[in-house]
Amino acid sequence: MKISYYPGCTLKTKAKNLESSALACFDALGIEYDELERWNCCGAVFSLSDDDLIHIVAPVRDLIRVKESGHDTVMTLCSMCYNTLARANELMKNDEEKRKTINDFMDEEPDYAGDVKVVHFLDYLRDEIGWDKVRDLVKVPLTDLKVAPYYGCTLLRPSDVAIDRPDRPAVLNDFLEALGATAVDFPSATTCCSAYQVLGAPEASLKISRDILQDGVANGAEALALACPLCDYNLGKRQDAMIAKFNDSEVPIFYFTQLMAIAFGLPMDVSHFELNRKSALELLEGKGLLAKAAV
Amino acid sequence: MPLFISSQTSDDRLQSKVREISGENFQKCYQCGTCSGSCPMVEHITAVPRRIMALLQLGQAEALAEANTPWVCASCHTCMVRCPRGIDIPKVMEALRQLQLRGNVDRVRPESMAPEVAEGAPQIAMVSCFRKLTS
Repeated sequence: MKISYYPGCTLKTKAKNLESSALACFDALGIEYDELERWNCCGAVFSLSDDDLIHIVAPVRDLIRVKESGHDTVMTLCSMCYNTLARANELMKNDEEKRKTINDFMDEEPDYAGDVKVVHFLDYLRDEIGWDKVRDLVKVPLTDLKVAPYYGCTLLRPSDVAIDRPDRPAVLNDFLEALGATAVDFPSATTCCSAYQVLGAPEASLKISRDILQDGVANGAEALALACPLCDYNLGKRQDAMIAKFNDSEVPIFYFTQLMAIAFGLPMDVSHFELNRKSALELLEGKGLLAKAAV
Repeated sequence: MPLFISSQTSDDRLQSKVREISGENFQKCYQCGTCSGSCPMVEHITAVPRRIMALLQLGQAEALAEANTPWVCASCHTCMVRCPRGIDIPKVMEALRQLQLRGNVDRVRPESMAPEVAEGAPQIAMVSCFRKLTS
């Protein structure tokens, strides 16, 4: 059944490598989708104040757009969008008083009661597509590639919107194994990368992100796979500062969808590796995985 | 730093405001410290979350205002999923932030952000940072 796809503000520009590789994989998997019409920014973070409902309006508008499109499911690729839309949806489903206030306030919109399903590509793969189908589509198994699955926060917490067990998730591990890679467990897999505090407290943020990378490497990972553009910034682009300050070695960072595109043998240009650290392509080249991929 | 505690030093208004904004009952906290042990920011905060909860229970407004904890908290929700008392600690931190931000205070300003950090930052970093740290 056709679903709505919600890109969010970062995926058309800074995280084009996440969107473009994912959409190519949608096609390979036979996922039928429409990009949500008139989507707006979800607000990136869910409002945690009980008396602040105005910030719930933006994500709820997106959910109403999904309903209008006639689809019952909306899929996100960005972890933060997933979290914000899913939490707004839970609130509209479960909190009668706030639902009424928000519906009354948005008097130009039809009433909404949380009846759309919000999913992330990862749980959609696990629950709707299945790892067997993913395995069948692999043309270039990522053999010998040791990747640490980095979950971050917003796919797993709070529990009511978690796509997997918050304390011991498996979905990204299973995903990597389905592509033929070796998933490297490491204790920091669900540790926060400091998120937006990279702007509020950059020094603390750098230390926290670095600890995560070092932990992955210490456990034998050659690269990290993740799903969130903010994690990618903190763990990927910020490596320049880590290298300058601590003389660290490069750790390649991939969006999980880029690894899928490579494993499916999809054309290289869908992955926009120019937006990754150079070490990402170098690692794939060194493993002989690019020679087998379609150009 | 020693705290002076008496019936006169407890700021009831602060307590009721935090309860109202967060919807959380911080008196349920029994000081086990699981939150502090789980906090990724623990090296960088001046008061661990356990202490924040204790200060709130005692209504210590001044000590709470001095702590950088709510401003370094990234709302990662690790403390919340592990709290044996089921307290949504990120909501308590949000209330402490809001109490200051609603006085028309901004904790970050675009012009004072380090350009080498701000330039490449994705849109979601900007949006969430301004949502969390400005009025």
